[in-house]
Amino acid sequence: MIPSLFTYQRASSADEAVQLAADGGEEAKFLAGGHSLLPLMKLRLATPEILIDIGRIADLSYVRADNGHLAVGALTSHDDVARSDLLARELPLLAHAAGQVGDPQVRHCGTIGGSLAHADPAADLPAVMLALDATLVARGPSGDREIAAGDFFTGLLETALQPGELLTEIRIPRPAAAGWSFQKFTKRAIDWAIVGVAVQGGNVALVNMGSMPLRAGAVEQALAAGAAPREAAAHAAEGTSAPEDINGPRAYREHLARVLVARALEEAGSRS
Amino acid sequence: MKVSVTVNGRQVDADVPDRTLLVHLLRDVAGLTGTNVGCDTSSCGACTVLLDGRSVKSCTVLAAQADGRDVTTIEGLADGTGEMHRVQRAFHAEHGLQCGFCTPGMVMASISLLAENPSPSEDEVRSALEGNLCRCTGYHNIVRAVLAAAGED
Repeated sequence: MIPSLFTYQRASSADEAVQLAADGGEEAKFLAGGHSLLPLMKLRLATPEILIDIGRIADLSYVRADNGHLAVGALTSHDDVARSDLLARELPLLAHAAGQVGDPQVRHCGTIGGSLAHADPAADLPAVMLALDATLVARGPSGDREIAAGDFFTGLLETALQPGELLTEIRIPRPAAAGWSFQKFTKRAIDWAIVGVAVQGGNVALVNMGSMPLRAGAVEQALAAGAAPREAAAHAAEGTSAPEDINGPRAYREHLARVLVARALEEAGSRS
Repeated sequence: MKVSVTVNGRQVDADVPDRTLLVHLLRDVAGLTGTNVGCDTSSCGACTVLLDGRSVKSCTVLAAQADGRDVTTIEGLADGTGEMHRVQRAFHAEHGLQCGFCTPGMVMASISLLAENPSPSEDEVRSALEGNLCRCTGYHNIVRAVLAAAGED
């Protein structure tokens, strides 16, 4: 399988990428690691006429401590996020979850920004961003703007990014509460999550329980009111709209969400 | 577009359609058919090669993305005298292959692992090979082979 015809362009800086996107209009798409986009293009589920390769913009690949928060360049590979000593120390939830994405080959190519901008509801990192109260930085023709993770994901494969806007950085505050956990249930190791859960302190976010990543608000409220982990986890499916597919009916995912949230809260509790 | 890729130390220059995948550049242009196309959906790992030393699935990388970079395929492992790489020797000695279709990808993924982690545990080997499927289900001997190759160091 090969993708349908497109024109390949390569950007050497974020500003050049934004300019190429402005020139290309609606037919242009950014290519980071390509591990979400190229499979879709092979299946003709995506048919951009122009691909702007941003994969070589080296100054968008970094992990660093800035004033009061951690900053991760959008083009940092999952492997580099997973192996970052700084993140292992300061944001172990993110480092651990990045090490669970796909398989080693995918992690060598795939990038944190690519995964977030693609916004697959079954992807691991969007929910992690919600649990960490991340802020995403987007660059467009008129400059940079910040988008809270809670406002970034707007629907199935849809985000608040405007056409031509490039995700450049992810900013994450140092968590106030140390306990964290990431749980993912798959049939085979490399599969997308049937359901996943990311917990940081009292924040609980769900993978694949709707058309976009969700905060488990009812669980968080129960925790805030003093509920024990298993009591709080009983609310995990409230407010969700899990998909029904080959992996099972909605009720199965709702059951999984309750089980995985309970495990996640207990593990997070053991780490706090 | 014009691409120039260093494959197993040899420069490969080609003018290929923009949508050309790296695996097709390797097989159809460079003539290196050791890299197999299995699932063609980045699941099975049969097409695994090293790109600047790190394992990638070449069915999900554009030739254009490899332009100017170093690629190592299964054909690039043996030394000039034909002596096989220690991981190849270990797959041979431990019977780490049955039909052999997944083997080039398994070997390349294993080499990438050992470059990152020279002394992996059995669990770490199994995790590192999650992206490579063997439909003969020869996993036990494959894991033994990787552990044996690590022990040779």
